[in-house]
Amino acid sequence: MNDRGTILASIQEALKKPSVKQDIYKAEDNISELIKQVMPPVGESFDERLALFRKNAQELKAEFYAVNSTDEVVQTILKIKDAEQWKSVATHPNELTESICNRIGLPILKLTAGYDITEFEKCSASITVCDCLVAQTGSVVVSSASTGGRAISVLPPHHIVIAKKEQLAPTMSDAIALVRKKYNGNFPSMVSFITGPSRTGDIERILVLGAHGPKRLTIFLF
Amino acid sequence: MNAIALEFKKNAVRTVKDLQRRQLVKTALGNFEIARNDKVARFQDWQKARYVAAKLKWEALENLHANIQRLEENLKKNGAIVHWAATAEEARRIVSAIAKEKNARLIVKSKAMTAEEIHLNEALEKEGYEVVETDLGEFIVQLRREPPYHIVFPAMHLTRYEISDLFAQKLGSQPTDKAEELTMIARRVLREKYIKADIGITGANFAVADCGVISITENEGNARLTAALPKVMITLIGIEKVIPKLEDLALFLPMLATAGAAQLISGYNTFYSGPRKNGETDGPQEYHVILLDNGRTELLADPIERDALRCIRCGACLNVCPIYRTIGGHSYGTTYCGPIGAVITPIMRGIEDWQQLSYASSLCGACAEICPVKIILHHHLLKNRKIAATKKPVWWQKIGFKIFSKISTCPTLWSIITKCGRLLQKLHPLVKGSRLDPAYAWTKERDLPPIAPQTFKEWWRSKK
Ligand code: SF4
Repeated sequence: MNDRGTILASIQEALKKPSVKQDIYKAEDNISELIKQVMPPVGESFDERLALFRKNAQELKAEFYAVNSTDEVVQTILKIKDAEQWKSVATHPNELTESICNRIGLPILKLTAGYDITEFEKCSASITVCDCLVAQTGSVVVSSASTGGRAISVLPPHHIVIAKKEQLAPTMSDAIALVRKKYNGNFPSMVSFITGPSRTGDIERILVLGAHGPKRLTIFLF
Repeated sequence: MNAIALEFKKNAVRTVKDLQRRQLVKTALGNFEIARNDKVARFQDWQKARYVAAKLKWEALENLHANIQRLEENLKKNGAIVHWAATAEEARRIVSAIAKEKNARLIVKSKAMTAEEIHLNEALEKEGYEVVETDLGEFIVQLRREPPYHIVFPAMHLTRYEISDLFAQKLGSQPTDKAEELTMIARRVLREKYIKADIGITGANFAVADCGVISITENEGNARLTAALPKVMITLIGIEKVIPKLEDLALFLPMLATAGAAQLISGYNTFYSGPRKNGETDGPQEYHVILLDNGRTELLADPIERDALRCIRCGACLNVCPIYRTIGGHSYGTTYCGPIGAVITPIMRGIEDWQQLSYASSLCGACAEICPVKIILHHHLLKNRKIAATKKPVWWQKIGFKIFSKISTCPTLWSIITKCGRLLQKLHPLVKGSRLDPAYAWTKERDLPPIAPQTFKEWWRSKK
């Protein structure tokens, strides 16, 4: 028998004996309702959720701007660009990010299949859209399908995310439901929940940002 | 005592005497506890959350036979290649066959306890591949050629000075006492490795059957890069990690981060379903998922011990364990240390060799109290002790307990013996702490509490 057969047979054999369990909820409990009851609360109104997102994102050292227009986004990015002395930015084929990038006045690397990794490595920042934001945890959801692939959100030192108000999902459950619905049956090869810039505490538990990925994560919502 | 038990004892005694290291670990874990309690408090009902998580994991295990086949089917649909490995040897063979076929030279790895378990690095290095750990903590312990000290914080036993010396020696960097600078040194070294690597190997935290998705939790982004840049990606995952539905992760991911890392959610929680799809910009051309048994079905076969397979490897039980804090992660001599390691190792690797771990516990139950999936770890330790005692009784213990049970079930004998004890204890100072002391094993480092001057019965009578 091959290993597949062996393992499946052992599992089947093993499970013939019923488990001895202690302290367990009954099978008929409604799980999604239970999850809602136990997870951190998210509030009822949009404003409460926005405030919660801001708090959670900032706690994990992401920078968050709720703005009124793309003009404001560009203004702020221009300031960051000067402060960090950007040389070039990476983005992905997308109307919104491209229109913003075009107004920064720097060389743009638009990532498409077969991009030059050395060029990409030199980029000072990347600008992407997202699939959604999660108020409950302060996370940004990106995917290989609609936000520029796998590396764009982790390779450059500064990752900038542009989100729209209607993309703010209240809970983790909502975000997962959204992902499932959006990609129904055709799951992207990667979906990532990003919360804050890359971090490590591996040396004496001292927090250091930018362990491997971005040192800064900036989120714009308009 | 067998050789493994002797080694365990020797290492434990050595770490116990290393006060500086113990202080380091104690401070780190103490601060951690404060942060964790803060996150636990944000849940509307953490205790209930544990119930729900426990229930979900139980159901996942009980339907493993169907779930795992569904996972396989969906992963394949997504374009991944699924392998099954009943043993560590088979898993190593699969990885090495892929590496050979791809003509690989450099392999980058993100944290994978399953890889530690099957000693993958050693095997690949022996075959001439360069294997680089990319998680900062793992990278540090790899440079020191030692196993991780903790399943979540691999290098928590080292000071930044030790790490600076290590980097200076192995990487030729300038000494520094700043954690930030040390991290940046590692970042620079590893960046190059990602770009040059032929294969990326990862572990995983969950495998979701209904979408064919592997979920990986991390903070550094090293797994993200490992999964983005090399042409081939391999994930090595234990079969117990399969859960039925993607929706369950809405609970598991925050609980894992809270219990294990004192964060409401980890920096990156990423779902991988297969290789780069048509229309996607980057990512590996091939995605291999290896489903590893290596003793897990053995645990599954025991209706009580099965419980331990619900473990999500958050590391919380290590953090609170007074024994772990005192003897440290390396003393155990196992891949999985702390309470959970003490529970599963004897069953997965043989109770004869590993039963001593069942005694590495004060049975305080702190581990069971914190475990997010409610594994009652100390009960398992007791059960393992029982199995060991039944399987391979120790003659003097058997006689000892026979005598004890005789005495303790006969009131007259009991009262005579306690009276004698009280008398003899008066003479104890004469030999106390010397080799002549019958209680030497205890008294060489501790005091023996005095036997109470009165028994309860005597006290009761005197009050009447
Ligand atoms: S046994 Fe529980 S507390 Fe320990 S690592 Fe596993 S899930 Fe975490």
